[in-house]
Amino acid sequence: MPKVGLFIPCYVDQLYPQVGLSTLRVLRGLGLDIEFPEEQTCCGQPMANSGCGEDARPLAEKFLRIFARYDHVVAPSGSCVSMVRNHYEQWLAGKPGFEHLRDNTFELCEYLVDVAKVTRVDGDFARKVGLHMSCHGLRELRMASSSERMVAPFNKVKVLLEQLRGIQLVDLKRPDECCGFGGTFAVAEEAVSCLMGQDRIRDHEQAGAEVIAGFDMSCLMHLEGLLTRDKKPMQVLHVAQILEHARLS
Amino acid sequence: MKGHAESAAPFVANEPRAHWHDESLWFVRVKRDRQAATVPEWEDLRSTASAIKAHTLSRLADYLEEFERNATANGIHVHWARDGAEHNAIVLKILNDHGVKRLVKSKSMLTEECHLNPYLEAHGIEVTDTDLGERIVQMRKEPPSHIVLPAIHLKKEDIGELFHIQLGTEKGASDPKYLTEAARGHLRERFLGAQAGLTGVNFAIASTGGVVVCTNEGNADMGTSLPPIHIASMGVEKIVPRPRDLAIFLRLLARSATGQPVTTYTSHFHGPLPGGEMHVVIVDNGRARILGEEAFRRSLSCIRCGACMNTCPVYRRSGGYSYGYTVPGPIGSILGPQRDPAAYGSLPFASSLCGSCTDVCPVKIDLHHELLAFRQELAKKGYLPWQKRFSMWVMGQVLARKWAFLLGGRLMRTLMPLLPRALVYGPWNPWGKQRELPPMPRESFRDLLKKEPR
Amino acid sequence: MATPTTSRDTILKAMRANAPQLRPLPDPPQAIVYPNPLEHFAATLAGVGGRFLKATDEADLQLQLGSLEVFQRATRIASTVPSLPGNVDLEALKNPHELEGIDLAILPGDFAVAENGAVWVPGTNLGPQRAIFVIAQHLVLVIQASTVVHNMQQAYENLNLQRPGFGVFISGPSKTADIEQSLVIGAHGARSCTVIAL
Repeated sequence: MPKVGLFIPCYVDQLYPQVGLSTLRVLRGLGLDIEFPEEQTCCGQPMANSGCGEDARPLAEKFLRIFARYDHVVAPSGSCVSMVRNHYEQWLAGKPGFEHLRDNTFELCEYLVDVAKVTRVDGDFARKVGLHMSCHGLRELRMASSSERMVAPFNKVKVLLEQLRGIQLVDLKRPDECCGFGGTFAVAEEAVSCLMGQDRIRDHEQAGAEVIAGFDMSCLMHLEGLLTRDKKPMQVLHVAQILEHARLS
Repeated sequence: MKGHAESAAPFVANEPRAHWHDESLWFVRVKRDRQAATVPEWEDLRSTASAIKAHTLSRLADYLEEFERNATANGIHVHWARDGAEHNAIVLKILNDHGVKRLVKSKSMLTEECHLNPYLEAHGIEVTDTDLGERIVQMRKEPPSHIVLPAIHLKKEDIGELFHIQLGTEKGASDPKYLTEAARGHLRERFLGAQAGLTGVNFAIASTGGVVVCTNEGNADMGTSLPPIHIASMGVEKIVPRPRDLAIFLRLLARSATGQPVTTYTSHFHGPLPGGEMHVVIVDNGRARILGEEAFRRSLSCIRCGACMNTCPVYRRSGGYSYGYTVPGPIGSILGPQRDPAAYGSLPFASSLCGSCTDVCPVKIDLHHELLAFRQELAKKGYLPWQKRFSMWVMGQVLARKWAFLLGGRLMRTLMPLLPRALVYGPWNPWGKQRELPPMPRESFRDLLKKEPR
Repeated sequence: MATPTTSRDTILKAMRANAPQLRPLPDPPQAIVYPNPLEHFAATLAGVGGRFLKATDEADLQLQLGSLEVFQRATRIASTVPSLPGNVDLEALKNPHELEGIDLAILPGDFAVAENGAVWVPGTNLGPQRAIFVIAQHLVLVIQASTVVHNMQQAYENLNLQRPGFGVFISGPSKTADIEQSLVIGAHGARSCTVIAL
């Protein structure tokens, strides 16, 4: 049985502990051998995306030291996984174990569909759900076909969620537009960021969504922040929280 | 110079107008999707176009020489300009040599980059931009706010008012058909009165020594077939090896730009009008330098379709002028800081790095990766504000140490709920201006994990 | 004209110094083919604001042309299609400005492209004044039905670019959407474009 390292992004660890637990439970439900290495902190993306690559380097090196010993690494975040898979090269190229780490680090849904080969999701979720396809998972990990590319449509998140009894996945006018989080962009470009977020929310509203589901809590944190401020009833949920109560096989 | 966020603020503040702008451009993006979907080999075309550009860039000097040889054999005069100033001087000399006082221009972002119009006007030449959108912004003494749709930021009422004052159209009239008809009449006079026409170049073919110009309005054709002198200004990167390579780009360009299968007119100029003269000015203006920069040279593959602007959620909501550079949007945010990192250093940060630009780009420029790489480049060269560098250094130091990370997290989670709201949501907290912070949980994931049954 | 050789040499030298490693020139992908290219051409042309007519023979061509409103309303007609003469003597014009006021131009196209509704018109089909195709108020292009190719890749394989010379793909009437993205037909060039296939 493969040994799986659980990577819980820093802000999920501190601010959304339930999402971490749900992720753990979903994976354990599959009978997998999961371990959460205590030394982990952050993948380094905030620094790297701000241009401060040298401040991110020690975190990339640390990540490799911690996670190199696992067969697979799984995280409930497309963005952090993309950091490892697509952006660690600049600091870790040629280091022992890096290629294995890069090729075996997965976002949760990706892992469930591609590696654990989950084909059946048995559970209930009788809500109207708008799916937020966070950009890095979508366009850097190719978790789904993006609307710009002329390829056969697929979606590794939808394929899991749509099996839940009672779920209604609503149709958005813009199925994969960015919510405007963008890391430090959310703060540096506050005005544009918030307008983007409000526009996303409006799209989910017009589609009749009660829940915005996603695979990156960072985007959902931004949307939740806007929803709460505007006293809107819509709820945000990580996919792990929805799948937690289902039987996956 | 103001940063992007600051320049964007007034545009975003007018929310109905920002939404209108967003919808206008999204409409173009949707048209593009529909057109691209009619071509089953779309993704292969993009790959081929990207590879043709990569090849051409690897032999740029050879192809330019080949172009020059063949163009000269076709009777075209070829000039070389290192920068905008030299380009402008060459154009002025050609005009002066023929006593030209009235010039009609079709769209050329290169001449915008070189600031040709004010230069020629200062030397007594009447310059008329003839693309309708360009003519509108020229009358308003503004630069284009988009490279394909220069007046996309304006409402028909704005243009109606402008035409009423400048062209004597009826007051309050804003019907696009009526306004376009008025411009047609006005510009026809200019075409008939012009002594020379200047165009940009969409593609230059090395093996045949000709240039290709694509327009929907026909303004490039009017401007080059009525007056006897045709000047074509081209950036060095416009070259394609052979006509069969051109075919690939023409299948992509208009579909990506405006969602049309091809532009109305695709004109191939392989020589002057009988009895006339044709000049091609080949301009470098920093491109050879960019060619040497591995992380950014792919930006030279750009065919200026504007699709990255139409799809960019930031551009759509902040408008072309917020970028402050001739070419706005994602591609401009790479080209601008390459030219002047001090002036345009905020542009690579004017992106959520969503990657839509990369996926829409017909020549597969890895735009959002280049934007990210440029952020690091700016940091390395010392163009990041010290506050940002310092805070990122602190963050890196904290996150690199587990104890510091956990202590920081615990402090945040325990103290934040105790602080008065006015303090937490003070003006120093841009997150909290329009958004709530997430509720602070008492325990972290790793705290809860200890209680989780195995 | 004398070229400032120093700039030329500086640019080329800098380019050679900065040139990336040689990358191969790729082969084009397999391009789309249509079951009936003529039909597809007609549909695409309609989509870009043009109009398609099919003539069965020369007599029918005359008939079809005669039935066009733009023909019936035209006072000054210029033609470079020998079988459909106009009433303007193009050879007598001293300069292209005299073309202003032409109501209809009838021009032969060498071939047409199904994927985008474009017709290739080489400069030699335009008569003594090249401006005719863009200055005329309305345009009729005459093509042979058998010359419709599927796509632009095929078009350029067959295309003989006249050098020195001029050639243009025309796809529908002149248009603009520069005012609030509203499509307006008839920006600077022809206000209508009818393609008749024989």
